[in-house]
Amino acid sequence: MILPATIQKHNKRAIISPCWLGVKRAIPIVLGYIPIGFAYGVLAGKSGLSETNTLLMSLIVFAGSAQFIAVGLFASGTGPAAVILTTFIVNLRHLLMAASLAPNLSGWKKRYLAFFSFQLTDETFALHSSTADKLNRCRPEALSLNMTAQISWVAGTGFGLVASGLIGDVKPLGLDYALSAMFIGLLVGQCGSPVRVVTAILSGAIATILYLAGLHQFHIIIATIAGATLGLGVEMWTKR
Amino acid sequence: MSVVTYLPRLLPTLFLSGKRLRPAFASWLRLVAPAVLAAMLVPSLLIKEETIDIGMDNLFFWAALIIFPVAWKWNSLVATVMVGMCLIALGRYLGLGM
Repeated sequence: MILPATIQKHNKRAIISPCWLGVKRAIPIVLGYIPIGFAYGVLAGKSGLSETNTLLMSLIVFAGSAQFIAVGLFASGTGPAAVILTTFIVNLRHLLMAASLAPNLSGWKKRYLAFFSFQLTDETFALHSSTADKLNRCRPEALSLNMTAQISWVAGTGFGLVASGLIGDVKPLGLDYALSAMFIGLLVGQCGSPVRVVTAILSGAIATILYLAGLHQFHIIIATIAGATLGLGVEMWTKR
Repeated sequence: MSVVTYLPRLLPTLFLSGKRLRPAFASWLRLVAPAVLAAMLVPSLLIKEETIDIGMDNLFFWAALIIFPVAWKWNSLVATVMVGMCLIALGRYLGLGM
């Protein structure tokens, strides 16, 4: 006969060890999020966004590139509607990521799905999709991985905010290049096939032309839709 | 911002778990990610003050040419961002450009 205390101990271990595994798997993300979060904290501090709002964005938005863009737009005096629309467009890529993980989450309760989705970023998605087939069985591990990632992002933001008072100008440190460099890293990760490279080139060229033509807010969404549609055309044409 | 970030992440996991997308729409969605990243990135590298500028003083453009292979070779976001920021810092320190 097993004593209740033993059962309790066993259950505890059954939760703690997958949680710990999730923390360990998140380490590469932590190494990336702390410095990038730092850069965000410094830039947000310099842009005139309040400390509370800067930290709140990391807590309730948790979207690296969208936060950088928002800070840049605030600094240039863009209105809230354009900021929200741009953020939405930038985040639309997560629609695909969430959609591609969804079939592996069929056994999850809705409240866990809601929590999991909130912390779904490019980087956590990359890790989850590499082990997508075991997501149904490893909920505590997946959630602790996400949680670790967000804690490091918020911590990085906090360090950055503190440092932004000490740093006179971000330019000598190259911090204003963090977003472009992050896009390059993410883009290279997305360019696994010739069709994707063609799509990226077309979309980049269209965005540049539209921007030069004077469209300074809608060039991203128009170029994205046009680029992805042309890319799909190329894909269908080459497969025929 | 919180809402427009959360909805695209939440709705598919809630409503698509178990369902299948139309293949053409799924392929199109797959291309949105590279398209949106390139649309945000390319103008920021090429355009300075409303015109295309790929002169030596456009550090953003030249650093990008160096870190594209870095990103491709190491496949690491941290390395890409770190090398990128260091190159910009170095370029400015040496007075090569803005």
